[in-house]
Amino acid sequence: MIYSYYPGCTLKDRAKQMDIYARKCADVLGIALKELPEWQCCGAVYPAASDEIAPRLSAVRALMNTEEGKLVTMCSACHHVLKRTNFDWNRDENFRQKANNYMKPETPYDGSVEVIHFLELLRDEIGFDALKEKVVNPLTGRKIGAFYGCLLLRPGKVLAFDDPENPSIIEDFIRALGAEPVRYPYRNECCGAYVALENKACAEMQVERALNSAVAAGCEELITACPLCMYNLVENATAHKLPVSYFTELLAEALGVKEG
Amino acid sequence: MENSVKFLTETVLRISGVDPRKCMKCGKCSGTCPNYDAMEYHPHQFVSMVEKGQIEKLMNSDSIYLCLGCMACVERCPRNVAPGKLVGAVAQLKLRQQDMNRKGGNDVAAFADEIVPQQLLMAAMRKYRK
Repeated sequence: MIYSYYPGCTLKDRAKQMDIYARKCADVLGIALKELPEWQCCGAVYPAASDEIAPRLSAVRALMNTEEGKLVTMCSACHHVLKRTNFDWNRDENFRQKANNYMKPETPYDGSVEVIHFLELLRDEIGFDALKEKVVNPLTGRKIGAFYGCLLLRPGKVLAFDDPENPSIIEDFIRALGAEPVRYPYRNECCGAYVALENKACAEMQVERALNSAVAAGCEELITACPLCMYNLVENATAHKLPVSYFTELLAEALGVKEG
Repeated sequence: MENSVKFLTETVLRISGVDPRKCMKCGKCSGTCPNYDAMEYHPHQFVSMVEKGQIEKLMNSDSIYLCLGCMACVERCPRNVAPGKLVGAVAQLKLRQQDMNRKGGNDVAAFADEIVPQQLLMAAMRKYRK
């Protein structure tokens, strides 16, 4: 099965390992991730006002250039921006018209692409039961917490990723790899996000709340799909600390394609 | 020239898509806000102050930069008022004025080091400047 793939800027650099292991795992799972040609940065933030057209254009271009029907994302932020822009495209004529007037594409985007996160691909296209059968190195005995953060889940009606208040997709993923998923109350709360840049104390407070909650519930390690969550959980951890990895690193370990 | 209260209020309502009159004052937004303590004006106050046309007060408060954009208040509002959208819209009104960038491009670039993810720098460019 061939999917178009949008890696995004951070996966080409600071979060390289999320991309590298996703590709290795895709090979094992018989999936072809075809990187979009000449993709542009998604902008990282979905614009705060509905009359902001330009910040959504790079997402529209990515959708327009998707040939495979489904566009796979890995990074929570890219996923968020692309999925919401796609949602807008199909519902907001004002946005669609202005974007087309500006871009003047030969063939306007028809709105037919489906944006799916790699976790959704694993759950909905491959299935966690089938994934379990591909595991050669079950992560038996490891107590792993999912840090969902905000971008994958909210707003729930648009992202339609999982129950925004009581998600289970990453726990089911962890279980499929043979480890023990640990649920904890703050798994779908904020990591401190961009405010970390000018107000480290604020990010430290958010991270401590999450890590305290995770440790109290018995997590021994965390996984995430977001480079910004990763940054905050590691760099702004204070009293409590936990090892954090990207979900694709864990997958690669279980599928036997991660060295060391 | 000063912005009129009417202009500011109508613009915030239009670009946020929020109807503050739907608010039933339950306080769930501020109760769930992870950065409540740091904000001068809390999420529920954004709703009531926009309704009263007190947009300039909000524009001049650091609260617009202390919203984490996590959408907890947006998701959990039982009346679908979504205070976070008001915070975002007010911040846009501020940034759309001449010389009102919170940070310049070089200020943001100065944060780049071996660890900071590109996602964070890009987010700051979007949140702090036009």
